[in-house]
Amino acid sequence: MTTTTDLDRDLAMRLRIDALVADYIHCIDEDRLEEWPDYFTADGRYKVITRENYDLGLPVALIYCDGRGMFEDRISALRTANIYEPHVYCHMVSALKILDSSGPDIKTQSNFTVTRTMSEGDMMTFLCGKVFDTVTEVDGELKFKERTVILDSRRIDTLLVIPV
Amino acid sequence: MDTAQIDPGTDFVWPSEDVSQIPFRVYTDQDLYDREQKMLFQGPTWNFLCLDCEIPEPGDYKMTYIGDAPIVVVRDENGDINAMVNRCAHKGSLVCYKPRGNVKEFACIYHNWTYDLRGKLTGVAFGKGVRGQGGLTEEFKHDEHGLERIRIENVRGFIMGTFSDETPAFVDYIGQELMDNIDRVFIKPLKVLGYHSQIFPNNWKLYVENNKDSYHASLLHVFHNTFGVVRPTMTGGILLSDSRWHHLSYTQREEIGDDNIAKEKIRSKQDDYSLADTRMMEHVLELGDKITNSIQTVFPTMVLQQILNALAVRQLIPRGVDESELIWTILGFEDDDADMDELRLQVNNLVGPAGFISMEDGCVGGFIQTAAKANVDAQTILPMGGRKIEPSDGSRVTESAVRGFWKGWRECMGV
Repeated sequence: MTTTTDLDRDLAMRLRIDALVADYIHCIDEDRLEEWPDYFTADGRYKVITRENYDLGLPVALIYCDGRGMFEDRISALRTANIYEPHVYCHMVSALKILDSSGPDIKTQSNFTVTRTMSEGDMMTFLCGKVFDTVTEVDGELKFKERTVILDSRRIDTLLVIPV
Repeated sequence: MDTAQIDPGTDFVWPSEDVSQIPFRVYTDQDLYDREQKMLFQGPTWNFLCLDCEIPEPGDYKMTYIGDAPIVVVRDENGDINAMVNRCAHKGSLVCYKPRGNVKEFACIYHNWTYDLRGKLTGVAFGKGVRGQGGLTEEFKHDEHGLERIRIENVRGFIMGTFSDETPAFVDYIGQELMDNIDRVFIKPLKVLGYHSQIFPNNWKLYVENNKDSYHASLLHVFHNTFGVVRPTMTGGILLSDSRWHHLSYTQREEIGDDNIAKEKIRSKQDDYSLADTRMMEHVLELGDKITNSIQTVFPTMVLQQILNALAVRQLIPRGVDESELIWTILGFEDDDADMDELRLQVNNLVGPAGFISMEDGCVGGFIQTAAKANVDAQTILPMGGRKIEPSDGSRVTESAVRGFWKGWRECMGV
């Protein structure tokens, strides 16, 4: 039987995860990308992979970061080296589901869409799919230990440079 | 197939003497696009279909395209691979509409006409009618209504297809020198590590030119220079087939001491912009040479890639006059161990739609497509390396291979 205490604990956890995800997407959508690596643990892993590859059990990702250095490299390349038409994202996240909260790491899944608006005004639904997260507490703060972004479509329009 | 029979004719006239000036119209004209389907994609060209290892078992199939034409490639009960146009002989529906799978036969969902794995028509629903009424008449011959078969060749595990009987054998098509590079890179049985698909907002030819254009690599893909990927000690060159339709561009390391033959880490030239994590630049010299980067094109739309340990075949599919889709099939060797698997995942950050040294190829074609509309009767120019279409031993600062593409395009298109 679910007790009031269990409910309170569950609700508190949901609110904290919700706040983490909100901070994370606002960081990206507001182009504060230098802060992006801070949302992950030092040994954090991040993958953006198509549903096609994921369902076929194929490992190749569009973006793969393993450890803080690779997160920083993604952002320094985007700022100093890569060339692309300026654009912004707007993330919409919903349907947070707690998959496992029995251990110190909390596993969740949620849905997302990202609209992309180009500098000239063209706007499209750029990405949509599911995110599987493993969240853990570091010095009293929640961070992503693992974030796997699964894109419903195999097709990337033009290019993917800003993380999801 | 007799080319003269399928040539619908064209009013288009190539506006200059050679292929060092390209009219913008070739990227925007619907009539030329339609002509390309017949004369080029269904003409005397080899087109990448899929890999042998993607359809290992009898009944395994994969959907693909040659130009606009949907194709299905399937392994039959004898282990042979067949390729057919994916179009029912009856009403023309796709007979196969899931991208991959395993079947005993192909059954069109519309009226349940069935075909065997060689494309032969084996059954027509209600062919004998119902209670003696309706159905086929005696003049209908099943043998005359199979799926249209495509000629194929299995080239070291790459299944190639052509519509034309005139297309020479693959090795004669690309020439021995370029065949040698396929043998250099794809030395062992392959496995697929994944796929990417990238939509380009531009005519397909702009991406093909981009692959043949080694001049742009260090200029557009600033990552190379910023993070010291391309170094002055590297040499390289460009090979062209005798036909000039196909090319290979490569770079290699000059100095590698015995101590670090197996692995050489690349350090940045500028401390300000060094990579925090250099794992993706590690290069295991698995091919027995010092070549770090080889991009090989097979006319019209196939690219074979070796960038460090990132192996891939890229297939370009036209999607109308101003859009194209690039399918990346990311490869490894069947006998890769866990460390090698991981290394390939790391280095694949360099390539694909989000690749550090490839993402710009997604947007630059669109920039040209937009600007082309300023005046489609004007021309782009390809002056680097003169007007000749010659291989280059040292410098990659030449547009020879791009001119070679246009030679092939004109020959196929008859313009």
